[in-house]
Amino acid sequence: MRRFTFKDLSLSLLFLGLAGCMTSAPPANDSLYQDLGSQAGINRVVEGLLYRIADDPRIVHHFADTDIARLQEKLQEQLCVEAGGPCEYTGDSMKQVHAGFDINEADFNALVEDLIAAMDDEGIPVRVQNRLLQRLVPMRDDIIYR
Amino acid sequence: MRKTVFVLMLSTFTGIASAQPGGRLLATGGATNIEGAAGGGIVPWAVLSGYGTRDEWGGDVFATRVETGDYRLDSYGAALSLGNRVELSLARQRLDIDALAKAAALPERTLSQDVFGLKVRLFGDLIYDSLPQVSFGAQYKRQNNFQIPSLVGARRDADTDYYMAASRLFVGAAGGYNLLLNGTLRYSRANETGLLGFGGDRRDSRSLLKEGSAALLLSPQWVVGIEYREKPDNLSFAGESDWQDLFVGYFPSKRLGLVAGWADLGEIATLEDQQGLYLSLQLSY
Repeated sequence: MRRFTFKDLSLSLLFLGLAGCMTSAPPANDSLYQDLGSQAGINRVVEGLLYRIADDPRIVHHFADTDIARLQEKLQEQLCVEAGGPCEYTGDSMKQVHAGFDINEADFNALVEDLIAAMDDEGIPVRVQNRLLQRLVPMRDDIIYR
Repeated sequence: MRKTVFVLMLSTFTGIASAQPGGRLLATGGATNIEGAAGGGIVPWAVLSGYGTRDEWGGDVFATRVETGDYRLDSYGAALSLGNRVELSLARQRLDIDALAKAAALPERTLSQDVFGLKVRLFGDLIYDSLPQVSFGAQYKRQNNFQIPSLVGARRDADTDYYMAASRLFVGAAGGYNLLLNGTLRYSRANETGLLGFGGDRRDSRSLLKEGSAALLLSPQWVVGIEYREKPDNLSFAGESDWQDLFVGYFPSKRLGLVAGWADLGEIATLEDQQGLYLSLQLSY
């Protein structure tokens, strides 16, 4: 236990690493898609997510006039694309579909929590979940307070 | 001042008792620093206490104990965050110095101070913005019993620390796990965080001190991490060591956070090799 000197490690790492880096380029391969259980696995996550939203009093009101079948289809496509799968996203842009809903920061995080819970239900490991969440982080600005 | 304290405590408790915690993600309010600010255990972070988003209030109450054998530090307090922009905090620290008091025939067996904290998020976000979350903080500290600090050469019984902190959660960055990094620069002349007063016979001006934390989130609920805190060396009667710790945090819900750690505090007021268990409990909303 004597002097576990991570001073050099932590401090230099910290001040360098904090500059921040965001990813939004398409994934280089389909490993995330495979780790999510390919399209069948993604479809189960989307279904679980929709059930959780339906039971979530924090955000369910935003979906009152939503065509759920269409939403399900577009979410399946979108998660497939973000995971590097062989799909095409045919829906509207994130900005367009969320305009006028006045989705706030807490609403966005509520959906993230529902998505995490849906992935937990499918037994998807934390490290795989994070790789998908990492792809969704840059979308927030196009979604909230629109 | 007493009224302010009362209002702060009451607001925080009212919030904690209310139905719904705030809308930020689990553990993003961090734990509570021994000086009352949201952070790691010994380092204040740029994050604000509790779970309030820009549209909400948040906050916490906390209690922490560090036991090294020769010393025991108890700290407790509350914090209130407004719109994820401003954090007001308050902490009382008490250091039991029985071993030292006996050895040096000191007139008191405890040292104590109050810390009034202010933190303002300047820009950025822990997770989402293109910039890391950066906050400015100030901690006004007031000695409750200045007799021993003045005997060992401390110059002041109250003073203010200033700090800048930057925090970032890198999603999936460490082999798929989320990695939180925090760097803090503190401008302070507090001896042993202020428990031994401020400024001293060796140096009476503030020093620029580097502090850092790195934490790995094994899951949304479990986190392990390390911290480092540089300290000034203002008193000639004894050396003051930098501090470091290893910790495990458990956040079963937004309401409750538990942290257990091992703190290596080095030399404190002539007693060397002070190491021991760090335990902290926090209730938040």
